[in-house]
Amino acid sequence: MEILMAFAIGILFMVGTYLILSRSLLRIILGTSLLTHAVHLLLLTMSRLKTGAAPLLGEKAGTYVDPLPQALILTSIVISFGVTSFFFVLAYRAYQELGTDDMEQLRGRDDE
Amino acid sequence: MSLLHFAILAPFIYAIAVPFFRKYIRGVHTGWFVLPVPALLFAYFISRVPDVQGGHKELSTVQWIPSMDLNFTAYLDGLGLMFALLITGIGALVVLYSIYYLGKDKEAIHSFYVYLLMFMGAMLGVVLSDNLIVLYGFWELTSLSSFLLIAFWNERAKSRYGAQKSMLITVFGGFAMLAGFVLLYIMTGTFSIREIIGSLDVVTGHALFLPAMLLVLLGAFTKSAQFPFHIWLPDAMEAPTPVSAYLHSATMVKAGIYLVARMTPVFAGAAEWFWLVTGVGLITLIWGSFSAVKQTDLKAILAFSTISQLGLIMSLLGMGSAAVYYGLSDESALYTKATLAAVFHLINHATFKGALFMVVGIVDHETGTRDIRRLGGLINFMPITFTFALIGSFSMAGLPPFNGFLSKEMFFTAALNVMHLEIFNVETWGILIPVTAWLASVFTFVYSMILVFKTFTGKYQPEKLDVKPHEAPLGLLLPPAVLISLVIVFGLFPNILSYRIIEPAMASILPSLLMPGDIFEVKIHFWHGWTDEIFMTIGVIALGMLLYLLLDRWSGLYGKLPQKLTLNTFYDRGLFYLDRWANRGTRSYMTGSVRDYLIYIFTFMILILGYVLFRTDSVRWYSGELAEISIYEFVLVLVMVAAALAVPFARSRVTAIILVGAVGYIVTLFFVILRAPDLALTQMIVETVSVALFLLCFYHLPKLKKEMSHMRFKLGNFLVAAGVGAIMTLIALSANDTRLFTTISDYFVEGSYELSGGKNVVNVILVDFRGFDTLLEIAVLGIASLGIFAMIKLRLERKNPAAALTSSSKPDKGSKRRKGRSA
Amino acid sequence: MKTNDVILQTVAKVVVFLILTFSVFLFFAGHNNPGGGFIGGLMTAAALVLLALAFDLQTIRKVVPVDFRKVMAIGLMIALLTGIGSLVLDVPFLSHTFGHFDLPLLGDTELATATLFDLGVYLAVVGVTMTIILSIGEDH
Repeated sequence: MEILMAFAIGILFMVGTYLILSRSLLRIILGTSLLTHAVHLLLLTMSRLKTGAAPLLGEKAGTYVDPLPQALILTSIVISFGVTSFFFVLAYRAYQELGTDDMEQLRGRDDE
Repeated sequence: MSLLHFAILAPFIYAIAVPFFRKYIRGVHTGWFVLPVPALLFAYFISRVPDVQGGHKELSTVQWIPSMDLNFTAYLDGLGLMFALLITGIGALVVLYSIYYLGKDKEAIHSFYVYLLMFMGAMLGVVLSDNLIVLYGFWELTSLSSFLLIAFWNERAKSRYGAQKSMLITVFGGFAMLAGFVLLYIMTGTFSIREIIGSLDVVTGHALFLPAMLLVLLGAFTKSAQFPFHIWLPDAMEAPTPVSAYLHSATMVKAGIYLVARMTPVFAGAAEWFWLVTGVGLITLIWGSFSAVKQTDLKAILAFSTISQLGLIMSLLGMGSAAVYYGLSDESALYTKATLAAVFHLINHATFKGALFMVVGIVDHETGTRDIRRLGGLINFMPITFTFALIGSFSMAGLPPFNGFLSKEMFFTAALNVMHLEIFNVETWGILIPVTAWLASVFTFVYSMILVFKTFTGKYQPEKLDVKPHEAPLGLLLPPAVLISLVIVFGLFPNILSYRIIEPAMASILPSLLMPGDIFEVKIHFWHGWTDEIFMTIGVIALGMLLYLLLDRWSGLYGKLPQKLTLNTFYDRGLFYLDRWANRGTRSYMTGSVRDYLIYIFTFMILILGYVLFRTDSVRWYSGELAEISIYEFVLVLVMVAAALAVPFARSRVTAIILVGAVGYIVTLFFVILRAPDLALTQMIVETVSVALFLLCFYHLPKLKKEMSHMRFKLGNFLVAAGVGAIMTLIALSANDTRLFTTISDYFVEGSYELSGGKNVVNVILVDFRGFDTLLEIAVLGIASLGIFAMIKLRLERKNPAAALTSSSKPDKGSKRRKGRSA
Repeated sequence: MKTNDVILQTVAKVVVFLILTFSVFLFFAGHNNPGGGFIGGLMTAAALVLLALAFDLQTIRKVVPVDFRKVMAIGLMIALLTGIGSLVLDVPFLSHTFGHFDLPLLGDTELATATLFDLGVYLAVVGVTMTIILSIGEDH
């Protein structure tokens, strides 16, 4: 399963990166979402999969899966929610004010 | 928390209240409310004198980050106490003086007192901290408050220039000092000064001994305005005069002296320390006094005079360090005199220089100028101020019966003694030390005379003054009067200080020369008989008088010095070119296109990660046991990959968003499969709320257009993307077989219930083990939501372009796309 | 956003309370079972969002007349204060402790200071999410 996940993660990263490099603001935001998912799965896969019960001590299992990546991912999910919504608003406000969502047209001026 | 901690923190806490005094009680000058703080602290430290004199050293610790050996340890010994008394004592006088100096209606006095209190607390922190990192923090805080105080009249270009200069130079030194502290930590494994002194055998002879010494000295020299870093001090004189008296003569610039004294037990005994501290001190001494003579601004004279006096104290500390080499022997007693002189002169300098600054402030305040070419004959208008100036200057020049005479005599003694040293190659160059000392004293004498006589005697020039001068009010005269009386008292009865203050301070600087329970015997005599020193003083007076009287004949010499080679030109040019080159360099790759930046980032990521992976030979197939795959999971992976791959080809917004949402929900399912119930719950709710968010945003979002770009553009993107994907796959594969160290997760699993009483390990990690991360995380969330709120609610007002400019800069924080918004 | 869906509104009235109750349960369950401040907070926000979708934003403002930015600030403050509280007791920043107490009605109950911190997290997450949603929703 780990090998399968590794390739799936690679593809998610590839698509995410490709989207981020495109010119449309919306695609860039979706790209960051995909990257987030990829990173979460990567963190989870790195600690080996299904090595024990869920990390709830009430389960009384002998071994548990690694809780640390889960804690990291939980933090990351919530943060990425905040960041994604921030991006969304930034994107549509920029679009409203400037009338374009093309990154090449949104280049900064030289005198900044 | 001990009372000592509270003494350090009190000014900071009190500073919070200061703006409210200003706002609600406008009738009374805010300074009156500030005055009790230094006064009470001074009383507190005075009450500790007998304690410290008896050899008791208070030490109390508040744990901060114990795992990194960072603790807020307050430590009160002789040296710290002496500085604390200076800081609070002079501080109280300066606050009193400033009440009459700064008008309560015109000036922003609340900021002034907040900065001043901040400085006071920071300075107390510097001298009372035992932990080097805490000391460093307070040290930089003094630089910061000095910056703010120099730029107090920030509408003046010169103030801003001086503030920036002092900041750049002192912070540069502070940073070097931090590096030195870290090296000390590497050598000893502790940040505590006492413990470092306790493990001297590790430090001396260590390969890092010299680098650490040089870095620490860099910090001390920049702070104490030693040559060639002295150039910031004259420009710092743009600050209001009370600040100059307080920070830039009596206390802050002595932080460097403090550091050298504090570090003497660690580094002294090495030839490099002796020569660097003594040499730099002597060069500063002669250069400062030589430059002071040519100044025409009263404060500039005092600034260069301060530089030269700091050099004097520094060189004395250097000479005193020779004593450590000899250890407990009769010979060392000869050189401890230098340390004694350093401590004594430190106090004396604070008294007479503080008084002189206040006198100059009075002259400035009452006549409107500090230019000695416009002043003269003020003796008839300000007789009391003249008396103060006369006594202060005579003490500075080293004339009896004032305290400056005593410490100057001791300085000569120390310089003569050092000639007899038989270590450190002193035999060859030693004669230069007393010669330099003597020459510098001559110049000191000359500028002291200029300071007092060019201002107060000679021809009165009313046509050059804007206002008619008159004697200052009592409030302005009282603080210098206190200091001047100290000048006389310490001059006539120096032994008031010697047992109570000087002996404990010396014990802190030279602990290795004392048997346990022993103290230094200090007795300062006014008259030594017809010794070499007294003849040197007579020589100083004779040659000094001659030079002063013939000043017009030889001062033309100063004009002959090359102007282009000065350190100031070097500093200005350096800053100018640094700015220009940085600008050009940045422009060459900062194109303004986000895609370019991302390409840089991703390319470097691929190259570096790829290099590391292959170099360390960590690319390998799975060897261990793998988790089994059910057909169900296999299908899920396929669907997820398919959904992700379809996103770039989506033609409409809805399709694209739904596809990404699908990926998100499948990830949720994976969390369920992979035994992560918390994650599954969270991810599910987040996806749901996100859908609502998309729906709300939908109305505003632009339509998804077909990418209108060249094939090359797309191909480049694809190559980079494929590279990132491949690298991440490799990392995911090899991460599994690479365990550099045992996982810390076991600790969490085991400790969860015993240490924190929780059975959900993930939650316990979040709120307890790694609670700090979570705290900052919700802070980040809060910032993001406020950013959104600001972007939406604080609309640009198009009708008013000026308002549009100011509000447009607010919403964008932390975004890569910042550039686009203001285009 | 004005909707007149009677079925949705009727269902929402009931379901919102179910979700809210469940979110509180999740919050308290967090120390020992799946749940906690993050999940509970998000769940609460989700309930309010459902209300917003079924009715409109003015209703939310009326039914829950709190300034969610203040909720966020209070949450952050609670989290920070639990950290500072441990400093006052002379232990490192953000140290937590717990104990078992015999409370009336509830019997042997475990009380942990970490729950206080989690309460801060909960409030902050509710505040943040609602601030975001309401800000965007009211933008026209």
